[in-house]
Amino acid sequence: MAASEHTVLQSSTSLSAKVHPLVIFNICDCYVRRPDQAERVIGTLLGSVLPDGTVDIRNSYAVPHNESSDQVALDIDYHHNMLLSHQKVNPKEVIVGWYSTGLGVTGGSALIHEFYSSEVPNPIHLTVDTGFRNGDGTIKAYVSVNLSLGDRTLAAQFQEIPLDLRMVEAERVGFDILKTTMVDKIPSDLEGMEASMQRLLALIDDVYKYVDDVVEGRTAPDNTIGRFIADTVASLPKLSPTAFDKLVNDSLQDHLLLLYLSSITRTQLSLAEKLNTAAQIP
Amino acid sequence: MANPSSAAAVAAAAAAAPRSFLQVAATEEQVAPPLRVVQIEGLVVLKIIKHCKEFAPSLVTGQLLGLDVGSVLEVTNCFPFPIREDDEEIEADGANYQLEMMRCLREVNVDNNTVGWYQSMLLGCFQTAELIETFMNYQENIRRCVCIIYDPSRSNQGVLALKALKLCDSFMELYRNNNFTGEKLREKNLSWVDIFEEIPIKVSNSALISAFMTGLEADTPVTQCDYDRLQLSTSPYLERNVEFLIECMDDLQVEQQRLQYHYRNLSRQQAQQQAWLQKRRAENIARKNAGEEPLPEEDPSNPIFKPLLEPSRLDSFLITNQIANYCNQINAVAGQSFSRLYLTKALHDN
Repeated sequence: MAASEHTVLQSSTSLSAKVHPLVIFNICDCYVRRPDQAERVIGTLLGSVLPDGTVDIRNSYAVPHNESSDQVALDIDYHHNMLLSHQKVNPKEVIVGWYSTGLGVTGGSALIHEFYSSEVPNPIHLTVDTGFRNGDGTIKAYVSVNLSLGDRTLAAQFQEIPLDLRMVEAERVGFDILKTTMVDKIPSDLEGMEASMQRLLALIDDVYKYVDDVVEGRTAPDNTIGRFIADTVASLPKLSPTAFDKLVNDSLQDHLLLLYLSSITRTQLSLAEKLNTAAQIP
Repeated sequence: MANPSSAAAVAAAAAAAPRSFLQVAATEEQVAPPLRVVQIEGLVVLKIIKHCKEFAPSLVTGQLLGLDVGSVLEVTNCFPFPIREDDEEIEADGANYQLEMMRCLREVNVDNNTVGWYQSMLLGCFQTAELIETFMNYQENIRRCVCIIYDPSRSNQGVLALKALKLCDSFMELYRNNNFTGEKLREKNLSWVDIFEEIPIKVSNSALISAFMTGLEADTPVTQCDYDRLQLSTSPYLERNVEFLIECMDDLQVEQQRLQYHYRNLSRQQAQQQAWLQKRRAENIARKNAGEEPLPEEDPSNPIFKPLLEPSRLDSFLITNQIANYCNQINAVAGQSFSRLYLTKALHDN
């Protein structure tokens, strides 16, 4: 018995979680829209377990609940209805745990966690500190580990697990529009391009500066950085200037041709429209 | 002496008091300013992207929820629809799902007014008759609605391809009466550019989310977006764009031929009518000389007087729109590629 408990503990320590930015957004939105008297909001986390054991949290929904000092009333019907609805859209997303706002684990959490344990083995508990109680919004993930003596379960311990907060999806959308409270206009493709180029330029300048500093002995050389730079330079394919020019010019011409084609099409369209209207006049 | 207009206003207010909120809202909306801006929450943007991306390349739809405030339409939440199947039973199921979802969301204090729907598109291919039909359906129930369109294929190039669209009022009127004849279109001065109206999108976030995102923002100076934008290979995208463009051209050709055929028939008919009329007149003169009653100059039973039905111009309008869209996309991507190529060149020269 003790041995099996031991293996559970082992597997849970190697567990980690990954959060989709949508989940954070959803939780914040629910918190902003919580009922007057509610202190915190809780809800279900949906997602899947990746082959390497990482829990991928991709979606969430809030579940109405009532909490007093030692009692928690969860709207289980609501939870099941919502789960059914979500599964209709995406059957691949299953319950992986639950979330709550606030810092750390509180007393009622053990009860709720028990409920979720009956829905799914080894649920994850995500806490989001929407109150910013210690200055920065702390987001943490826990799993519960049963402490038992013989066959008697004494207590459940919440164990923190590593949480991956890198948000590739948010990066794709652009932090600029997700960070501020109001953006007047979605950046167009050329503006985005410009921003990217400026960033690239700044990075190249940084590298130049660093290399110059090292060469002139102002900064202590760092081999790892040196290797990175060497790798980057080496990743440029070695081409003879003529071959490279040919390559670039070919692509340029291809694109010019396409531009020409699309301009001709547009001219055709406006011509056709004029002719059509002219034909209608009896 | 009491001001008669203010007295009337008071009377109107008194009359309005017992009416339901809905009625009041309905009367107020008649003088509402036109829709200028669609304000979307970051949450909705992420939700739409997640849904569209997970199911790409199949096309998905979902409902937008929010508030209608003056000339701004706020989209504060949304939910996805399951993939639709052409089964009667499933359709009813879909309606149930929608009601259930709205009920559930209301319980957690989400705005539950429908303000439109979103859908994904493939390579900018969205101008279809179905879209217009759906829009008309929505428009019947809610005065102000909007369709948000997202293109997952574009986002791989580091572009946030979100568009908010609505149909033009004059177009809707024509669509309702279903007459897309040349005459009506000319009367309304409607051309293919005027079918869809793009509404500028604003993105808003609550202060709480803003604080979280600032805290969570990655420290890396380069984002995925930058990598995507500087990706050199665009040819597959352009290739498919041109492929679709050619297909559209063929369609347009067919539409044009149909129109030409119609005009040819029309002119033939007119010639026949003229011939018939001349014959009848000559006959009448002969009859008059003979002292008989002239025959009527019109014969409704004759098949050549049956008016020919003019083909609807809607399809050709839509195709034209589509083509223009492809052209714009090709231009935009080619323009980006130019800057990338010159950048590569400059890097290589260094």
